[in-house]
Amino acid sequence: MVKLIARRLALGVLTIMLVSGIIFVGVEVLPGDACTAYLQRAAQGKRLENCRRDSGLERPALTRYVKWTLGAVRGDFGVSMKRKTLISKTVGTRFRNTVILGVTASIIGVPLAILLGIIAALWRDRLPDLWVSTTAIFAMTIPEFVSSTVLILIFSVWLGWLPGIVITRPDAPLFEFLSDIILPIVALALVMTAHILRMVRTSVIDVMASDYVQMARLKGVPYGQMVFRHVLPNALLPTINLVALTIAWLLGGTIVIEVVFNYPGLGRLMLQAIFFRDLAMVQAIALILATLYVGLNLFADLLTLVANPRLRTMQRSRP
Amino acid sequence: MRATTNIEPVKPEGVFVRLLAVLLAMLSRPSGRVGLILVAFHVVLAIVSPAIAPYDFKELSAQIILNAPSSEHWFGTDNLGRDVFTRTMLGGRQALLVTTVSTVLAITWGGFLGILLGLVGRRLDEILMRLVDAFLCLPWILVLLLIVVMVGSGPGVLILTLGFFYGIPVIRMARAATHDVVALDFVTAARARGESRSTIVWRELVPNVLDVLLVEGAMRWSWMLLAFSSLSFLGFGATPPTPDWGLMISNARSFMSFAPWAALAPVVALSSLIIGINLSADALAKVLGIDRAQKAPV
Repeated sequence: MVKLIARRLALGVLTIMLVSGIIFVGVEVLPGDACTAYLQRAAQGKRLENCRRDSGLERPALTRYVKWTLGAVRGDFGVSMKRKTLISKTVGTRFRNTVILGVTASIIGVPLAILLGIIAALWRDRLPDLWVSTTAIFAMTIPEFVSSTVLILIFSVWLGWLPGIVITRPDAPLFEFLSDIILPIVALALVMTAHILRMVRTSVIDVMASDYVQMARLKGVPYGQMVFRHVLPNALLPTINLVALTIAWLLGGTIVIEVVFNYPGLGRLMLQAIFFRDLAMVQAIALILATLYVGLNLFADLLTLVANPRLRTMQRSRP
Repeated sequence: MRATTNIEPVKPEGVFVRLLAVLLAMLSRPSGRVGLILVAFHVVLAIVSPAIAPYDFKELSAQIILNAPSSEHWFGTDNLGRDVFTRTMLGGRQALLVTTVSTVLAITWGGFLGILLGLVGRRLDEILMRLVDAFLCLPWILVLLLIVVMVGSGPGVLILTLGFFYGIPVIRMARAATHDVVALDFVTAARARGESRSTIVWRELVPNVLDVLLVEGAMRWSWMLLAFSSLSFLGFGATPPTPDWGLMISNARSFMSFAPWAALAPVVALSSLIIGINLSADALAKVLGIDRAQKAPV
């Protein structure tokens, strides 16, 4: 088991190293460098030279890569070109805000999704399932910016209940965000719930059709006991990984939601950085988000490993 | 993920007959019917809309700014006095064109590489799959934005970018599907007959992995549409004055409180197309016996 965990950890670290390589090479391969991108039309003569010298661009790529990654490990991503400040400082509070958004949406979305998924599966092809599944398709497929726009239209423009855009400072204490954050959370939780409930539904249906559940049914095990003791544990375990993957994948959607609501998170910071062609900032955010993704998946793997007795014993019995 | 299907395994000659059978099977399901009708409606609309649109999509008029829906302007007018009905009709053309071509591109290159990796395996497979995993860790929107900002946002660039990036997850799917097929007897038999590798790929693997690729393609198509319109919404996709739903929604947001029709029309149009594609993809997956709800949307 320890060996298995160590293997997963090593794989995670390897993936992050590869990602950092892809990010760095990607930025190198694209036409222009950080200075031409940032200065745009003014990128010529003395200004370009000064900029390149200041940001150390004339050193060979490999040296810069090593320096960048070594810095990133210590939490030092260099200086933002646009803001002339340490990237780590700006990113810190924004990261907190995005994490709050993601975590709250997951706390609401995941249990709701599991509940609805189980309901849909147990009443398969009957009214509850049709309702849940159809709504899920709608919620899952409509782009985040569309659902966010409709939410704003209904709850802030027509009903006037909640603020449509966030005007709180990024580094404000948590409680000041309370009313601002409700609509973004709803928008994010909507997509998340829809994706996860579909997986839970399929998983539960698969297990319900399995031989051992049929056997339990034939033996006359009461329905409730069958569902809770035999079906759910086996159906929900494999979804842990999928849930983590989905949440991580939705990080992309969070970016759009943050922009729509003007929410001061990592996503909006990234869009601004891209808009001003602040490549150092973009690289930093890309690496942070990718690490978050790898971390989430790793966490899910370990959780599955701990929760699933089969995986543990399988490991032990192996020579 | 299984590569086996409800419908009989195919000989390569029967591919088109079978596609027809699949289409009919999809039409026999209510959700598939709704989905296919929506998709067909949007495709037809995209083709004929330039001929039947009542107004010029870039015609400005100071007199009719933000007019409510009326008999002349069915969906009202926007902040520059342009007819929202016309722009909504035309608004899906670029999105459909770009995403359709990119989907074909993604499925083709991702599918082939995936089949090859599944067949060949070994060191190359190991290395490339690590790279694929690493690529999938990057938030999709960041990669798209970065490329568009550095290279430019013409339709050509968007097609190549989307086609490349969305082909990466296809590699994984095609590889997994190939692994299921490679172990079957008919591939072993082909190998024993001494068939060349290209014959095995074309005659044995491609027809049997095609189902998975089709479902994957339908699914990717809807994600791409989502990505394309998100890019447009953020100001990095279609460029004004091109009528595009994402762009129109982003523009209409600023005067949404007194002219909601300008936002609602493209919202409904975009949503109906995406839902149509997804319903079709779901029906296709069910008809082919591949359940797509069981995987994460990576």
